[in-house]
Amino acid sequence: MTATALLANLSLIIPELVLAIGAMGLLLAGVFIKGEEAAARLVSLAAMALLILAAGVAVFLAPQGGGTAFFGAFVLDSFSLYAKAVIYLAAAIALVLAGHYLQTERLARFEYPVLILLATLGMSVMVSAGDLIALYLGLELQSLALYILAAFNRDSLRASEAGLKYFVLGALSSGLLLYGASLVYGFAGSTDFNAIALAAEAPSIGLIFGMVFVVSGLAFKISAAPFHMWTPDVYEGAPTPVTAFFATAPKLAAMVLLIRVLMEPFGAMADQWQQITIVLAVLSMAIGAFGALLQTNIKRLMAYSSIGNVGYALVGLSAGSEAAVWAVLLYMTLYVIGVAGAFGVILSMRRAEGMVERIEDLAGLSRNRPGLALAFTGLLLSIGGMPFLVGFFGKLFVFYAAVQAGLVWLVVIAGVFSAVSIAYYLMVLKRVWFDEPTGGEFINPPASVAVITRVTGIATVGLLLVVPFMLNRVIEAGSAIGG
Amino acid sequence: MLEIGLGHYLTLAAILFTIGVFGIFVNRKNVIILLMSIELILLAVNVNMVAFSAHLGDMTGQVFAMLILTVAAAEAAVGLAILVVFFRNRGDIAVEGVNLMKG
Repeated sequence: MTATALLANLSLIIPELVLAIGAMGLLLAGVFIKGEEAAARLVSLAAMALLILAAGVAVFLAPQGGGTAFFGAFVLDSFSLYAKAVIYLAAAIALVLAGHYLQTERLARFEYPVLILLATLGMSVMVSAGDLIALYLGLELQSLALYILAAFNRDSLRASEAGLKYFVLGALSSGLLLYGASLVYGFAGSTDFNAIALAAEAPSIGLIFGMVFVVSGLAFKISAAPFHMWTPDVYEGAPTPVTAFFATAPKLAAMVLLIRVLMEPFGAMADQWQQITIVLAVLSMAIGAFGALLQTNIKRLMAYSSIGNVGYALVGLSAGSEAAVWAVLLYMTLYVIGVAGAFGVILSMRRAEGMVERIEDLAGLSRNRPGLALAFTGLLLSIGGMPFLVGFFGKLFVFYAAVQAGLVWLVVIAGVFSAVSIAYYLMVLKRVWFDEPTGGEFINPPASVAVITRVTGIATVGLLLVVPFMLNRVIEAGSAIGG
Repeated sequence: MLEIGLGHYLTLAAILFTIGVFGIFVNRKNVIILLMSIELILLAVNVNMVAFSAHLGDMTGQVFAMLILTVAAAEAAVGLAILVVFFRNRGDIAVEGVNLMKG
């Protein structure tokens, strides 16, 4: 590879370079800054700046029309650019949410923002993967950082148990995915997505087997049922800001990766993978809806809610059309915004004696903190897809894509589960608005968390005004790989 | 004389892979065995990769296998680190003990 070709390749991966070099630089800087708290605060601020810089570079400095780098292993198109911008911003929000919590729980260490940066770098490689090797390396970079983050509170038995469970099941899913990748490589003769797409036009039985393994591995990562077992435990056990991160950026990244894998290399095998995604969708919606009804812990509830929401996204993806791609992209974006805000509210559930996370602790919130209660109401109903909050439109377009592809019966099932799932959001909101306060008042949330809950809470209504603009963006992004 | 061909390697890899997956789900004793099972799965994949690479006359599979080995080492390091943290908090590493959260 000549120097000019190398430079041309590097110019496509500037956001990744910013993150990679930044993360390594901050790791060094963190060691040299005196005082653990000061190091954590400075590195955290620098990491936020890096993420916003990377998002800016991705949005404004991207080469026109994109391109591929490193012999097709790295693909830059409007689809991956859109996903990257959302992932970087979601990671920055996760860092904002984490700051105060980590300080008060005595977890403020500079490794935290560095791990978030590395995980984000992994996601960034994932969404741009054009090759099975790039896919695997991106996925592992993300996963290894996330395993550590789950067990970040190393003195807590819960957190270390969450980390252990996440590690074992995550490594198993990587193994499934890899076994699939080896079969795909063997029967398609290449790891390149374009070459696999050619082989997929007349798929051999080995290629179909490989595809099934790859999709199961990815289903673990998006926590679609029946591969969801880890989700509630990890969400409950991990420190709350880590859970907030898990529920936003990695979920979107894994979903985007699944979309690309299904649409690009396996695009011609839609008949085969459609059966899998439909089964995953129905099971996820069912488990999300009924599993959540019995929960008493708000983080566990959010875990089941995320399983259910992945199910709705898979309903859209089952359509396998261009409309499916942009509808799922829009749906996941709105979901990420809603969940970021909801976790902002959960992080505000702090009494004088410490954090609380049972649903009954929310009783009487509307009397003590009407603003927070209002924001929570908007956010939960938006995640649930209540008309006419912005989340409703996400769901609407996903269902539209499925109906367009003739999956009317699937949309009917999804509608029924949607109604059931609204029930548990309403059960939470009943506590917030109608129950007598039980414990003491929540103490004032830190300004950073309050800003996030307020902005996202307003966004559940305010984004309605910019839905046409968002539609333009996602349709442009979807056109890169759909059809 | 029996000719060892692609099919034999694929069968071996499939057997190793199955043993690995069963090791994770059936094992009720020790978390270390889970780590060994994960390693077994990754090695099964490597056998597959190298066998296909030789069969196709294409180097990509061997490059992939080298990368898998590297990542497997990193993965084992992270896994053992988490296991040590878990052991410090709990005092043993029995799989039955990993049950604080349920439902």
